[in-house]
Amino acid sequence: MDMMSIGSAILLIAMIVMVAPRVKHAVQNSPKGSSNDWLLAGGLIFAVAVFVYALMKMV
Amino acid sequence: MNEDVLSQSVAQSSTLATNKLIRNTYSLLSMTLIFSAMTAAASVYLSMPPMTYLICIGLAFVMMWLVLPRTANSGAGLGVTFAITGLMGFALGPILSMYLALPNGSSIVGLALGGTGTIFLGLSGYALMTRKDFSFMGGFLMVGMLTVLVAALANIFLQMPALQIAISSVVIMIMSGFILFDTSRMINNPQQTNYIMMTVSLYLNIFNIFVSLLQLLGIASSDD
Repeated sequence: MDMMSIGSAILLIAMIVMVAPRVKHAVQNSPKGSSNDWLLAGGLIFAVAVFVYALMKMV
Repeated sequence: MNEDVLSQSVAQSSTLATNKLIRNTYSLLSMTLIFSAMTAAASVYLSMPPMTYLICIGLAFVMMWLVLPRTANSGAGLGVTFAITGLMGFALGPILSMYLALPNGSSIVGLALGGTGTIFLGLSGYALMTRKDFSFMGGFLMVGMLTVLVAALANIFLQMPALQIAISSVVIMIMSGFILFDTSRMINNPQQTNYIMMTVSLYLNIFNIFVSLLQLLGIASSDD
């Protein structure tokens, strides 16, 4: 295992430790969305996925 | 009558606060993106080694976690924002040098840049125009981000190319969700949003989309 991998692993572990409490807070305190809200958000993210796929086909 | 005037005045001050926050955030974001591009160009010109990426990202995250929250409400926060985004731009140097060395490297970098700009402007523009509240996505996006971090950590040991493609794809989708979430936070909750923190947050979304898109386009071009 090279230095780059060890450094990346340390950085990722630090990020996980820092992010974990915020995840718990966000899950407990986020307002609930309706099915229409989720459908709209999912549709927008799906459009991004299609756009990225089109870019990948272009290169 | 008095109540009508009062509620009208509260609504007007809320609109002014929102407009000011949006204007300040996008102005600072534009300046940090230009500064970041300049430090990235310097890093490419100096042919920085791959370890630069790790060191600069590590320093930027330490500043983000320890320094930025303490300075975000003062003038020093602006300097910290430029330091963070400058470091992250400088970190991009080794990655950009690697892709630019490929036969169609400049077109991959250009496409990743254009693609990132289109995704950001499209989603942020949508949230701004419709003024829709995307705050319900907060918990889902945070869980997604934690899952991606754990998967990326596992892939350091597993070294699976398919998992790397999946991680890059999911990062783009999660960061797209964060663009909607952050932009709607500026519109629907301006009193509890600081423009310096918001700029760094939007910058991180753009940075992660650009790096992941670069990886996906690089993989797609090597498959041909």
